Amino acid sequence: MAMAQTARGAVSVWRRNALVWRRLMGPSLLINFGEPFLYLLGLGYGLGLFIGKMAGMPYLTFLASGILASSAMNTATFEALYSVYTRMIPQRTYEAILATPLEIQDVMAGEVLWCATKSLINGSAILLVAALLGAVQGWQALLVLPLLFLIGICFAGLALIMTAFAQGYDFFNYYMTLFITPMFIVCGVFYPISSLPEALQSFVQILPLTHAVALVRPLVAGGPVTDVALHLGVLVAYAVAGLSIATVMVRRRLRV
Amino acid sequence: MEMATIVRARGLTKCFKSTTVVHGIDFDIQPGRCVGFLGPNGAGKTTILRMILGLSPISGGSLSVFGRALPAAGRYVRAHAGVVSQEDTLDPDFTVLENLYIYAAYFGLAKADVAQRIHELIDFVELADRGDARIPTLSGGMRRRLSIARALINDPQIIILDEPTTGLDPQARHMIWSRLQDLQRAGKTLLLTTHYMEEAERLCDDVLVMDHGRILEQGAPAALVERHVEPEVLELRGAPDLIEDAVDGATDCRVERIGDTAYCYTRDAKALLDQFEQRPGLTYLHRPGNLEDVFLKVTGRDLRD
Repeated sequence: MAMAQTARGAVSVWRRNALVWRRLMGPSLLINFGEPFLYLLGLGYGLGLFIGKMAGMPYLTFLASGILASSAMNTATFEALYSVYTRMIPQRTYEAILATPLEIQDVMAGEVLWCATKSLINGSAILLVAALLGAVQGWQALLVLPLLFLIGICFAGLALIMTAFAQGYDFFNYYMTLFITPMFIVCGVFYPISSLPEALQSFVQILPLTHAVALVRPLVAGGPVTDVALHLGVLVAYAVAGLSIATVMVRRRLRV
Repeated sequence: MEMATIVRARGLTKCFKSTTVVHGIDFDIQPGRCVGFLGPNGAGKTTILRMILGLSPISGGSLSVFGRALPAAGRYVRAHAGVVSQEDTLDPDFTVLENLYIYAAYFGLAKADVAQRIHELIDFVELADRGDARIPTLSGGMRRRLSIARALINDPQIIILDEPTTGLDPQARHMIWSRLQDLQRAGKTLLLTTHYMEEAERLCDDVLVMDHGRILEQGAPAALVERHVEPEVLELRGAPDLIEDAVDGATDCRVERIGDTAYCYTRDAKALLDQFEQRPGLTYLHRPGNLEDVFLKVTGRDLRD
């Protein structure tokens, strides 16, 4: 009963966001396709000429798989910080929604699903560009799509915790600079984790992006996927913890 | 047959950390009535509305709406209530019609089910020709009317309006009043907060005068006026010494001052009028006692922040 209500409510919130996105689809898709195109062409081909192979695969493939995972992280994070905050506080969208039968948990679930959807849209564009550039090895790469959705849920939940506390947009700089950007650098997007100092290699194992990259890369490169349960488990654990904590915190903030 | 009380509060209390903003109040709201909560800023009006909707936990006492206890019944209450909040909360990314369709979806109402109703609603608030307009292009009055239409999307039994005409020009305000009176005639229960006494006098069957989280008075506006103030009032304006003299000489009246104006409350204005006529330079306004006089008398005349 309560679950069904939450699901229905979440879908109505998701639909609202999807309608706004459809309105502004043009510029949004330009970014979705344009950025990976530039990255992969510029870095993948350009640097790839000097690097040749990395971890047994063409650098373009290595980079494309890293960018797929990190873009899912960035897209969901950005949406869950800036866009959700806008709806929650200055734009008063939450005030309007919460005057209807919807409860906080319904709205949070809808937001997370929407953030993950954006990760999926963005990731699909990257996968297409990567495939056109010849970086994708085989059809198993399509399994990346549901994975991007899960990565989106994971990072959206974590970012929502920040949003629950934010008093303004500047607050998000801490999260971006202290958490998201370091992961982008050290979690195996641009080079293998094995080239990190040993202490750091162990440390990055607790970061969710490491596990996202570990799953996406072999799917794109066509190699065997190892430790699936571990990697999925870490992503799911972060997703559940993030969404649960964020829901409690947002309730504490709004239900006063 | 007597219909059940719609809202029932007993000892209702609300505390934020160490401050108590609603102090154990009792009230009942009967179906089909228009009830106004009046009070200065910080009186606790909005907090009471939020508790009624299950949006704010209750610190003490009991509160039930449609016979169900809050905050547990929040979802049910909000499914059968319409809310017009103090600030506009319309979705700026959507048109007038889209705002209504999207809002209907939050109530689980599908597009096909509400299409007819939405067209009736935009007619009702006279926005039929603006259906495709984006929210930022609407005037303040239009937005408030759309907010009212949106609050009616679920055919609510009770409509809750937090300062429905604050910030509107007189034309827009009259338009809102006439729509609210239509709803009253249609048998809806209305609950509103306001600090415009004229609005309360015009719309409300009953008012609750609040201050510092307590109900100071409640009843029909006319009954409160009769109970608290003399039937006639002379407002004196002019140079302070002139007013001083006039007031000193005035007999058979109660005098109150706010700023440069003196208010003489009396049962016999004629005698006073004769006296004031003798004083050149003194301007005055002769009017019947009203709810504002009651409000100022009951809540005091100190300036609020």
